[in-house]
Amino acid sequence: MTPLLPLLLDFLLATVLIGGGIFALVGSYGLLRLPRPMQRLHAPTKATTIGVGAALFVSALDLAGQGQISWQEILITLFLLLTAPISALFLAKTLILRGEADPDLPATGTGTPWATLGSEHRDP
Amino acid sequence: MRRLFPHPYLTLTLVILWFLLVNQWKLGSLVLALMLGTVIPLVTSAWWPDRPRVKRPFGLAAYAVLVLWDVIVANFQVARIVLFMPRDRIRSNWISVPLDLTSPEAISLLAGTITMTPGTLTADMSACGRALLVHALHAPDPDAVRDDIKARYESRLKRIFE
Repeated sequence: MTPLLPLLLDFLLATVLIGGGIFALVGSYGLLRLPRPMQRLHAPTKATTIGVGAALFVSALDLAGQGQISWQEILITLFLLLTAPISALFLAKTLILRGEADPDLPATGTGTPWATLGSEHRDP
Repeated sequence: MRRLFPHPYLTLTLVILWFLLVNQWKLGSLVLALMLGTVIPLVTSAWWPDRPRVKRPFGLAAYAVLVLWDVIVANFQVARIVLFMPRDRIRSNWISVPLDLTSPEAISLLAGTITMTPGTLTADMSACGRALLVHALHAPDPDAVRDDIKARYESRLKRIFE
C-alpha cells in the first residue's frame, strides 16, 4: 500500500511547480506581447520571480521531506529579491537616458530634475 | 574597532550568509567567512558612510510577510493584464511619488518593494532624493496608486526606520 501522505505531498509540490512554470512562461510571453519598452520591463520582473520562487519552494520542501534541510534555496530567494529591482531600475534608467521610455515624465515636485537627466555627481 | 568594522551588522550578515552558502559547519569556513566579513565592509564603506538605524527590527519581519503576499497577488494581476487585456486598452502611466522617508536604506527598500509589487516599477529618483519616479503598467488613476504606495508601504517603513 502506498503511504497516502507522501503521495499527497508529491501532488501538492507538482502543482506548485507547474503553476510556477506557467507564470514564468507568461512573463516571457509578456516580453513579446507588450508593445512599449517600459511595459515590457514589467512582465519579466514579476512573473519570473514567482516562477523561480515556486521552483525553489518545491526544492526546499522536497529535501525537507527526505529529512534534509537545505538553506541554499533561502539564499537564492534572497539574492533574487535583492537583484531583480536593481536590474529593473538600471534598465529603466537606460531607457530614460536614451529617450526610449514613454515621453512626458511628470515633474519631480521638488525643484530638481530626475537623477538620470540631471547633471552628474562625483563619487564620494 | 570602529575603523576595522565600520558595519558590524554587515559583518555578521556576511558570516551567516557564507555559512548558508557552504551548508556545513567547518573551522575553515569560519575563517574565510570572517575574512570576507572584514574586507567587504571595509572596501565598500566609502559608499556607505553612516550606520543604518532600525528602530523596530520585528516590524521588518511583518513587512516582509506583507510584501511576499503582495508579490504573489501582483503575479496574478500582471499575468491577467499580459494575457487578456487588449493592447490598446493598457493604460500605462508615470507616477511621481513624493517621499517622507529620509533614511537611504528605507528609501532603497521602498523602491525595491515598488518594483516587486502590483504592476509598478521604480524607474528613477529625483536628484535631491525627495521623490521617486514610478512606472505603472496599467493605472487609469495614477493618484490612487501613489496614495496606495504611501499608505501601504511608506508609512510602515517610516515606523520601522524613523
